[in-house]
Formats: sequence, structure tokens, C-alpha cells
Amino acid sequence: MNTQARIPVIEVEEDFRERAHDALGDAQLRGNFRRAMDSLMTKRAVAFSDPEEREDLRTLGNAIRARALSKLPDLLEQLERNLIRNGVHVHWAETVDEANAIVLSIVETHEAKQVIKGKSMVSEEMEMNDFLGARGVECLEADMGEYIVQLDHEKPSHIIMPAIHKNAGQVGTLFHDKLGVEYTTDVDQLIQIGRRVLRKKFFEADIGVSGVNFAVAETGTLLLVENEGNGRMCTTVPPVHIAVTGIEKVVENLRDVVPLLSLLTRSALGIPITTYVNMISGPRKPHELDGPQEVHLVLLDNGRSQAFADSELRQTLNCIRCGACMNHCPVYTRIGGHAYGEVYPGPIGKIITPHMVGLAKVPDHPSASSLCGACGEVCPVKIPIPTLLRRLREENVKAPDAPNQVMRGQGSKYSRKERFIWNAWAQLNRSPALYRVFGFFATRLRSLVPAKVGPWTQNHSAPKPAARSLHEMAREHLAKQSAEKSGEQR
Amino acid sequence: MSDIFYNAVPNATRVAPPRAEPRKYPTTKPERVYLFGTCVVDLFYPEAGMDAIHLLEREGIRVEYPQGQSCCGQPAYTSGYTDQAREVARSQLALFAGDYPVVVPSGSCAGMFREHYPDLFKDEPETLKQVRALAARTYELTEFLLFVCKVQLQDSGAPIRVALHTSCSARREMNTHLHARELLSQLANVERVDHSHESECCGFGGTFSVRMPDISGAMVVDKTRSLKESGAQQVLTADCGCLMNINGSLEKQRESLRGQHLATFLWQRTGGER
Repeated sequence: MNTQARIPVIEVEEDFRERAHDALGDAQLRGNFRRAMDSLMTKRAVAFSDPEEREDLRTLGNAIRARALSKLPDLLEQLERNLIRNGVHVHWAETVDEANAIVLSIVETHEAKQVIKGKSMVSEEMEMNDFLGARGVECLEADMGEYIVQLDHEKPSHIIMPAIHKNAGQVGTLFHDKLGVEYTTDVDQLIQIGRRVLRKKFFEADIGVSGVNFAVAETGTLLLVENEGNGRMCTTVPPVHIAVTGIEKVVENLRDVVPLLSLLTRSALGIPITTYVNMISGPRKPHELDGPQEVHLVLLDNGRSQAFADSELRQTLNCIRCGACMNHCPVYTRIGGHAYGEVYPGPIGKIITPHMVGLAKVPDHPSASSLCGACGEVCPVKIPIPTLLRRLREENVKAPDAPNQVMRGQGSKYSRKERFIWNAWAQLNRSPALYRVFGFFATRLRSLVPAKVGPWTQNHSAPKPAARSLHEMAREHLAKQSAEKSGEQR
Repeated sequence: MSDIFYNAVPNATRVAPPRAEPRKYPTTKPERVYLFGTCVVDLFYPEAGMDAIHLLEREGIRVEYPQGQSCCGQPAYTSGYTDQAREVARSQLALFAGDYPVVVPSGSCAGMFREHYPDLFKDEPETLKQVRALAARTYELTEFLLFVCKVQLQDSGAPIRVALHTSCSARREMNTHLHARELLSQLANVERVDHSHESECCGFGGTFSVRMPDISGAMVVDKTRSLKESGAQQVLTADCGCLMNINGSLEKQRESLRGQHLATFLWQRTGGER
């Protein structure tokens, strides 16, 4: 197991389009995603069987998140005060490197050799498994899905269901190859195999790591939801617990958590509540029988404050990481999570990743959407994802030296040629005379349309303009109408 | 809105209710309207525009078609070229200044007028007033026929099975996704059949179809497959962007099934002449 933890997760190669192209050609992968997403969409629809209640709750969820973000700096300070009062060590990290350094210093203080980790997307941002693995510390995933992808040296393909790209047969083969167990496709058996490995590890681990779903400022409580119990094990069995989270996860008070929790579990999995709702309020107290002796919280920025600075882009930080936007995205459903090449895939990934890694590293992400709006329609906290994607496109085609730089890597798709084309397009469409000439030639010369017209004819027959434009037909028709009218009047 | 749409089986037709207050419609038919034909209809499906004019004229409404009109600006807007889109929008705005309805035979272009023009002119208070006024009197064709004209259609055609594709803009911006169904339900000999993943995008997305042809292509292949599997003899849609995408793909696949703009279908089914 030690050696496996040290092998880096897949390094993505090629660019987004090539990865998407490869994924589209993988029938197994596409089948796995389509089936899984169909099932999740149905479950969500059933869980929100009353549309009015759903819309009211979404409005409330949005308001709670917007309120929290509107006083984010204050809430973070309040959170820190209350956590410290509860006996939790609070650490601030601007970058993933800083966050990793903090975790490493805790690991070194305790001379830890084994770390067990509950599901945490922030730890994926940090690539903590690799980071610790390279320093001789085993960091093992305890969430079944995460365990599977770690075993196969992959990254999660979905933020809620990390191994959703694999079916039972593929997991059976993986377990057979890596754990030497008999091949099976029985899901219950597979889970039991994984659990037997993990159960032992919980008791051996020196440190448990977890994420956080909501950090409650008023009480200094860390809320963590999960279905497998690994989160509770990671946060209570090892002597030290390190929670890692993004700075946007703070909410004002416990009352705010209730609607958000309901939105989260129903949007993510269509369930009314998770099996475990952990509320962590500090280390073991003198009279208590269990719990860690030491609790740390690492608050990570990693580009979030850049999104925070712009009132429109700030809405990105409403996200409560339910994954519903992925489940409903026609693009994600077809290419899967790995094609995005980043920690957060799908619609939310497309709007949050540019803040984390810079737009220049993911120049195609904002364009990889038909702006169909399915993501925005299901988002439990009403993030206007299509609006933000369009905004990112705008930032992406700005001249790199344009004033008011709002994000790292903006202008990465700037092209003088394309700008020239759009300028010409604008000129054509705002000049009736030009447009008329254009319409005349487009229709009269329609038989000259070549059989291949750029990427369009990859999927379609060649576009053939009509013989006469609506401008012409309407002009003729309406002139006839008014002639008849004046004839009647005479 | 009935719950039956909500507990619908997987993959079937999941229909969202209008989220905002339902739109209030004028109680009387106006004497005249503008038609904003849209650039795709203008150059590729002019007959759809003409049939929209015929349908409106049959309701006793005079139709004006400003000859200076071109495009709503959406291709540039969704591509991130906001300034270029704004200038085109400004030129269109001036052409539809009269205080009467603008009817658009496309949910996507109507959505541009209603939802996105206000965003384009948010920093120009004077223009914004005009823009808001335009947005308030912009109607997608099906909603105008149904709620303003209150049409009663008499079917004169032979029995036919049709599938209806609703554009994402009609569904999620204009909330007009149920209107075409209602119009079709007035036609006695027309049977509308559901197709799987009906609420899913056809993959057009304007420039998305040429920027990401692989992904867009996979989407339209899936869409046309479910349309074929629905058993429909004809596909109908009220958006010519989707129509160009779906028909272009069907033709490339050498399938006989084709889509038609709803205006043309309604006009022809109800005794209209070409």
C-alpha cells in the first residue's frame, strides 16, 4: 500500500478538445456516465417532488449564501475566534503549497507515518496524497469511491461520486489486480472487500484528515456530511484530526445550515439526509471517552478571493458542492469528469477552476458549453452558471493588456483575427445596406456553398441558404397587402 | 403546474414550471405588430417567417417587417464579444421603436431581447429605458398566438405523429416550453409523441457547434437518435437554430426524418396556402 500512495495521480496530457474527443469515442465510459447521470437526475426530481417548495428553498439557499459572502471577512474572523475558543487550531493558507506545508508541519510534529482521509475536494486541490506520499507518509483515501480511484492512480471524475466513471466490472478487475481478491461484480461484496482494508487502517492511522461542508461562524462548528461512516471514523478515531476547507464554506449560524443541508443532499443524491451528519466542535474534552486529542482547521484561499473581488463572479462561491450541475450537464454526461483535466469538472469546474489555476491554463473551459442552462436551472443556490460562463468568455477574449484585469490569465483566447471577424460581423449587421447586399448574394449564390464548411460539415450537411431571403419575401408580400388595402378603400 | 411532470419517469419529459410570476398578457389583440424575423430564418428558413406573418394576419393583425433588421446580436454576445453585440443590438433597437408588440419566431432571439439586452445596456440609463420597454413587448410566436391572439386552430390535415423539440432558450429563458404543445393539442389529427431526454440540449449553442464540434456532434447525434426512436414522422420546433442543427445532422446521416418550423406546420395544417 505504501508504494501505491507514492505513485502520482494521472498527469493529464493533450488539451481539453483532444481529451474530450477521446472520451467521446469511449463507448464504455459514455454508457457509464449516461446511466449514472440519468439515475441521479431522476432521484433529484423525486426528492424535490413539490416544485414550489423546491423553488422557495433554492431562493432561501441563495439568500443564505449571498448573506454569508457579503460579510465573509467578518464571518471568517468570528469563525476563527470561536474555533480557538473550542480548542481548535486554525491555519490560513493562501496557496495549496502553503496548505500542504501546514499539514506537513503537523504530520512532522506528531511523527506521523500513516494518514487516513475522508472525502475532501480541497485535499484534491492540494493533491495531498501525492504531497505526503512523496515525503514518505502514506495518505489513504477512506471514502470507497476515492479509495477506488486512488487504487487506480486516477483523479475523481465527479465531486460527489469520484469513481462514477467505473462500473462494477471495472472495480472488480481493479480489486482483483491490486488486492489479489477473487473477481466479482457484486457491489456488496466489493464494498465489503474495500471496507476490510480500510477498517484496519482507521486504527493504525496517526492522523485523520477530512473536508468540511459548512463551517459555522457563530458556534465554531465544522459540519461534515457523508454516507459511509468514514468521515466519522477519520475525525474521531486517530489522535489528530486535520480538517481542510475553502474560505467560502463559512455560514453565519446553525439555523442557516438546515436549509442548505436539505438542498445539498437532495440535489446531490436525491436523499432527504445523509446517513452521517457530523458536527465537530473541538478536540476530546477531559471527561469525554473518544474523539481526537488535537483538531486543526486549514482554511484555503487558492484563488477564491479573486472571485470574491468581483460582484458577479463572486456568485461562484455560493457553491455548496452538490454536483447537480454535473449530473444535468449534457457536456459532462458525454465526456465525463477526467476530460476537464482539473480537480473540479463540469459546469461548476468551468467557472471555479479559472480562479484557482488561471484562465490561461483552462482556455477552452468557458467555451465548452452550449449555454443550455440546465446547470443554472438545478443549482440549489442559484448560481447563474451560464451567465458566468459568458462572462468568462468575455474575459478570455479581452486584449491581454486591457485595463481592469479581474482575473489571472485573462485574454488567453485573444485573437486579432477573431476580433477582426466579429468587428466585420457587427458592421454587416448594423448597416442595412450592407446586410441587404449580403442577403442578396448569399441567396443568389447559394449553389456555390462548398460541400465542406469548416467544422460545421463535420456533423451536418452543407448549409444551403434559401433562394430568397425573408427580407425580400416580406417586402413583396406586405407591399401587395397594402396595395390591396388601398384598392379596397378606393 | 401539475405534479405529473415532476414524477415523470427517468429520461422522459421533465418539464420545469415557469419560475417567475407567469407573464401577464394584453387582454386585447393589437392592431399591428412588428415581426423580428431573425437572421437564421431570414437566410435559411424564410418560409417559416412568412408563415408566421400569415398566421398573424389571419388573426386580423397588420404585420410590419422593418427592412433594416438583421441579427439580435446573440452570436457575438455568447462568444464574449460584448461590444460588438451591443452595437448590433443598438441598431435593432432603433428599428422597433413603435409602442406595439414585437413577435419573434424563435425563443432564443426573443430571449436575447428580453433577458440579455438589459444586461448589454446596464450602464446606459437612457437606452436601458428603451430596452426595458422593448423587452416588455417582445413575444415569442407561440406565446403570442396562444395568449394574445387566443387562436383556435382547426386541423385540416391527415393524421400524423410529430415530435416536438423545444429550444433551451424557450424552456429556460422564455418559459414558453409548454406553449407549442398546447397549440398542437388544438389540432385533432396530430399526435405528439415524447422522445427520450426531451429536455436535453440538441447541441447547437450557436458558435459552440463550430468551436466544439466533437461535443456538439455527439449531442446532436443523441438528439436525432431519440427523435428517430420516438416514432415521429416529423419533428417540429419553434427555433431555427435547433432546426438547422437537427436537420443538418439528419441529412448528413442520410435519414429521411426532417424537422420543420412550427409556424409552417401550423399554417399548413390549418388550410393556409403557400
